[in-house]
Amino acid sequence: MNFKFTDEQMMIRDIAEAFLAQTSTSAAVRQAMSTELGYDLQLWRRICDEMCWQGMHIPEAYGGLGLGYVELVATLEQMGRYLCCSPFYASVCLAANALLVAGTEDQKLTYLPQIAVGKTATLAYTGESGGWDSNSVKVTYQKQGDSYRLNGSYRFVPDGHSAEILVLAARDQDTQGDEGISLFVVPANTPGIRREWLPTMDQTRRQGQLQLDDLVLNSDAVMGDVGQSWAQLEQVLDLGRIAVAAEQLGGSQQCLDSTVAYISERVQFGRSIASYQSVKHKCADMMVKVEASRSAVYYAACVGDQFFNQTSDAVGLAEAASIAKAYSSEGFFHNAGVGIQLHGGVGITSEYDIQLYFKRAKSTETFLGAADYHRERLATLLLDTQVAL
Amino acid sequence: MKLDFSPEDELFREEIASWLAANLCGKFDSIRGRGGPGDQHMFIDERKAWEQKLYQGGWTCIGWAPEYGGRGATIEQQVIFNEEYARAQGPGRAGHIGETLVGPTLIAFGDQEQKDRYLPEILRGEAFWCQGYSEPGAGSDLANVKTSAKFDDTNQQWQINGQKVWTSLARESDYCFVIARTDSKSVGHRGLGFFLVPIDQPGVTVRPIEQLTGTSEFNEVFFDDAHCSIDDIVGEPGDGWKVAMGLLGFERGVSTLGQQMLFQNELDEIIVLAKANGSAQNPQIRQRIAEAHIGLRIMRFNSMRVLSSKETDGSLQKEAMIYKLYWSSWHRNLGKLAMDVMGSESEVLEDGPYQLNRLQSMYLFSRADTIYGGTNQIQRNLIAERALGMPKEPRG
Repeated sequence: MNFKFTDEQMMIRDIAEAFLAQTSTSAAVRQAMSTELGYDLQLWRRICDEMCWQGMHIPEAYGGLGLGYVELVATLEQMGRYLCCSPFYASVCLAANALLVAGTEDQKLTYLPQIAVGKTATLAYTGESGGWDSNSVKVTYQKQGDSYRLNGSYRFVPDGHSAEILVLAARDQDTQGDEGISLFVVPANTPGIRREWLPTMDQTRRQGQLQLDDLVLNSDAVMGDVGQSWAQLEQVLDLGRIAVAAEQLGGSQQCLDSTVAYISERVQFGRSIASYQSVKHKCADMMVKVEASRSAVYYAACVGDQFFNQTSDAVGLAEAASIAKAYSSEGFFHNAGVGIQLHGGVGITSEYDIQLYFKRAKSTETFLGAADYHRERLATLLLDTQVAL
Repeated sequence: MKLDFSPEDELFREEIASWLAANLCGKFDSIRGRGGPGDQHMFIDERKAWEQKLYQGGWTCIGWAPEYGGRGATIEQQVIFNEEYARAQGPGRAGHIGETLVGPTLIAFGDQEQKDRYLPEILRGEAFWCQGYSEPGAGSDLANVKTSAKFDDTNQQWQINGQKVWTSLARESDYCFVIARTDSKSVGHRGLGFFLVPIDQPGVTVRPIEQLTGTSEFNEVFFDDAHCSIDDIVGEPGDGWKVAMGLLGFERGVSTLGQQMLFQNELDEIIVLAKANGSAQNPQIRQRIAEAHIGLRIMRFNSMRVLSSKETDGSLQKEAMIYKLYWSSWHRNLGKLAMDVMGSESEVLEDGPYQLNRLQSMYLFSRADTIYGGTNQIQRNLIAERALGMPKEPRG
């Protein structure tokens, strides 16, 4: 057991931090936020060409660097800390993971090298119900000979309006729950797909909605076994949850750091407000949230590696992902909320960045299931099944 | 970063697990799972005999260096020992203060004579220790101790006067380590000494404190012209604070994972109960059980992180400072959850006049968790000041 970053992992983390401190500044984030695309193409090119982050955990056989989930999580933590606006999360943590988990060899060889050089991608599965479980898959497919006809709409799709490659979940008509769900991978410009930007409260992260009207796909677009893909999709979502929890951890840390920095400067009643116990105790609680979140996220990252090495099963992955997502969601929201409170009046101005973190906290909390969703998922494992956790 | 233990460590795990299976039985059956926090005063003779059994198997003081009779066990092995010990429902260690506090303190700060005299009997499970830190006027403000130690030139020994409080296991111990003021004019952390005081002497009176559970784990210890020998001061007069703080550093280490196994046993009991009485169907109880599970798993990950990153000098990183606040708050919540899962039955005792079951006892005693060993308020001050670098409290 050695539950700390290796020197190489530390270096990856430090390089990410240094790069983002320079490029994902408050001004840069606000500039990216103001565009419909939601990110700066030039910065994205630098991430792809200079940093090669998007190929980090993609195996070398598919054009990636062949590193692990721990390295990916170390980088994501810094991206969350600096509110980096980019299509990285959707492309790598959703679409590339979907291809790695469920893609055929041909699909991996076709799409992963494209993502590894910076083509953008995303995963669409949930719809208007706003849920994140298998019942939220509402888009349907009809098998017609060798092809599939997809109809329906998706919401809450990260970078759904701009991604170049789409992984789509759909269900066989007249099925429900975990049954009858299939995954497809297609270029986003395939006829039958309409997409638009869904303006959101958190502007540092874009969401889109997709409408499928008689999208016809050949069987080479099908990932995995037809109608049997929920289990794999759930694994992809769990990998995505670990990744978003890593971003939340970074955000949570930044809320603490920026708040302590602000209150240390602020003087009232003749002394620094950081010297009041009522303020110090709130900061101590924020630190507890950060460190506990860090432990949960790093553990889940290790389980992510074990999952890819086939030394952890889907239940282990689900447990680690739900723990990390539940705790980090609430931890980040708590820290952003307390951060605003301790900033005082300036905390609710648009000028100070704490409000951006507050919005990011809520959008990431909801995404892929809020804490109560994940607690119920764990409760099912603990109370309704015979699985040993 | 990796989670797996090495094959050698897994062999070690098998060794301790099979030893426990073969030895924690027969006459020791009655003490399985007993003698933990809140229950430390129970089954004391059996638990002392158990310490000697552990010694015969080579399982006392495993973290001590071989020159002191230990195994020089690695952190991983100590973690494994504590996990397996708790998994097997090993009884609360009657010798834990000697093994985890006094021993490391003497090894770090004691002279050769003290090591020769005290370490072997701790190792063999023959001498038991308690801790004389807190006083009625020195709780959170530990440096405010008033107990005095004067050197008696005629008899060439130290004479101790004062009162200690919240002393666990005092009635069952042979020795108490005491911080006392060697310089009567001093205040605060200067002018203190660290003494090794025999309990069985006319000058020492131990009086149990009845707690809200109706039982008495804690005691008051009165020193009225009590004495210890000239050789029984650790370090020099005036070094007491340094030694005392060093000792507190030994307190937060590998034993945390064993503590977590005890917590796991409690949570498992709550889950069994919830399934049996139907509260497992209550959506709010489900949320809270899951939250308890999350909290306990993260507690383990925290410990793994802290143990992995322990500095080579043995000191802990600032991240380790959240541990006490985290576990005590978690455990207090678990106590309330236990009662809410029991529902109306939570009020009903096992027997009169005041026989609590394990969960009731845990619920009530968990209120002490956030107080002893540094209250949650003090923990938050420490985190803010030492880990986050915020300004120190003005001293009165």
